[in-house]
Amino acid sequence: MSLALDIFSVLAISAGAFFFLAGTVGLLRFPDALTRLHALTKADNLGLGLVVLGLLPRADGALGALKLVVVWVLVLVAAGTVSQLIARVAQRVGPSP
Amino acid sequence: MTEFLFAAAGFVLAMVALGLARILRGPTIADRIMAAQLLGTGGIAALLLIAAATGVPAAADVALSLALLAAFASVAFVQGTSGPDDSEATQGR
Amino acid sequence: MTLAWAFDAILAATVLAVAAWTIVARETFAAVVGFVAYGLLLALVWVRLAAPDVALTEAAIGGGVTGVLLLGAAARLRGTAGVLVDERPGAAMRLVVGVLCGIVTAALAATVLLLPDPAPTLAPEAAANLTTTGVGNPITGVLMAFRALDTLLEKVVLVLALIGVWSLAPDRFWGGAPGPERRAQPDDALVFLARLLPPVGIVIGVYLLWVGADEPGGAFQGGALLAAMWLLAMMAGLATAPAVSERRLRLVLVAGPAVFLAIGLAGFALADAFLAYPEAYAKPLIIIIEVVKMLAVAATLGLLVMGPPERPPQR
Repeated sequence: MSLALDIFSVLAISAGAFFFLAGTVGLLRFPDALTRLHALTKADNLGLGLVVLGLLPRADGALGALKLVVVWVLVLVAAGTVSQLIARVAQRVGPSP
Repeated sequence: MTEFLFAAAGFVLAMVALGLARILRGPTIADRIMAAQLLGTGGIAALLLIAAATGVPAAADVALSLALLAAFASVAFVQGTSGPDDSEATQGR
Repeated sequence: MTLAWAFDAILAATVLAVAAWTIVARETFAAVVGFVAYGLLLALVWVRLAAPDVALTEAAIGGGVTGVLLLGAAARLRGTAGVLVDERPGAAMRLVVGVLCGIVTAALAATVLLLPDPAPTLAPEAAANLTTTGVGNPITGVLMAFRALDTLLEKVVLVLALIGVWSLAPDRFWGGAPGPERRAQPDDALVFLARLLPPVGIVIGVYLLWVGADEPGGAFQGGALLAAMWLLAMMAGLATAPAVSERRLRLVLVAGPAVFLAIGLAGFALADAFLAYPEAYAKPLIIIIEVVKMLAVAATLGLLVMGPPERPPQR
């Protein structure tokens, strides 16, 4: 049983790391601020979500697992809203620094 | 298992470092503001992995605070690009 | 454990790179972003150095509060950029300063690297006597019981710093409120965030205070988080800066050191020494001090960032 859980953790965390990689590649290669923002948020939401999923079997007790999920939900909501604000800055200020 | 968790944390941190190199250089202001958000989320992922790897549950508390503070820092930067125009109206010095 | 070593190496390299970038950055805004990023990374470093309490404080202060403070300063200095360029020192002076900085850095590095191994420390004695304080976290035990005098003086210094900041206001604004008269209409998204995050932040701040008795945390970290949430609500226009002459505000600010001092003086009567706690009541007294301290720290940090009064007082 614990071996199956370990394999599940390894798979989920690897998938999360892959999304971080994909997001970073997008960050490095995309042409302008708005598309880079898109890559950033995909990496964060999915990458962090899969990492949290993979860490859930290893959390200590229900409280530890709850803390992990709360962190993820908080980042989801906060990062999503902050992306809106950053996008408006990008639109308002324009392409010049 | 701990080695794997450390490796994953190191990988996430390396991705954050690469991303930082790009967006700190990026020409527009919006790029630079993304630095706080990227560091926040990447740092949280690395901290949660470290907490599981080294058995220090307090790192999860630091991750919780980082979630709030990275968002707060990004909001402060966004305000910083638009706020100063208002303070000109009340320059009394 | 070579993988842990690799993680630490990547972390150290990233911290150094971000620090170097912050120094070299041309515009002030970019440098402030780099500084906040550096602060957030330092929180990771503290966790790796087995100091989660310091990591919490670094994240709250370095990542949050100081960033807003520096942005406000950068905004006020915007008009003086031309003057700064004219007064740039000559090449010889810069070389001398560079050499001196290098010498200081080398001296610090030598001090750290040449520390006796094991370094002299009182940690074993503190850990051995921790049960008399009633708390389980050794850092809280040292801050609130063994070296309570230092903590009391720090709280007083915070209030003095705030008075110093307030004294920068012109006479006609004394008693007024900080911040501009009207802010531009804030974003709907920002208002949403400012309605959502502060309640969560308050819960987490109180959680940090409560868990600080036995696990890493404490009143200062909780208070700094509360201050950040208050500033967020103000940035979205959901809260207004209080006038510096408001009585309740001044009461909250002074309550922190005052309650601490009162309990310390009561120590003369109850336990033979200033700031000594009677054995059975140590933990409740510490909790009272910490709760009042958290509120005072939150108010003080928030007001320090808001700055001196910029509006005449309302009659």
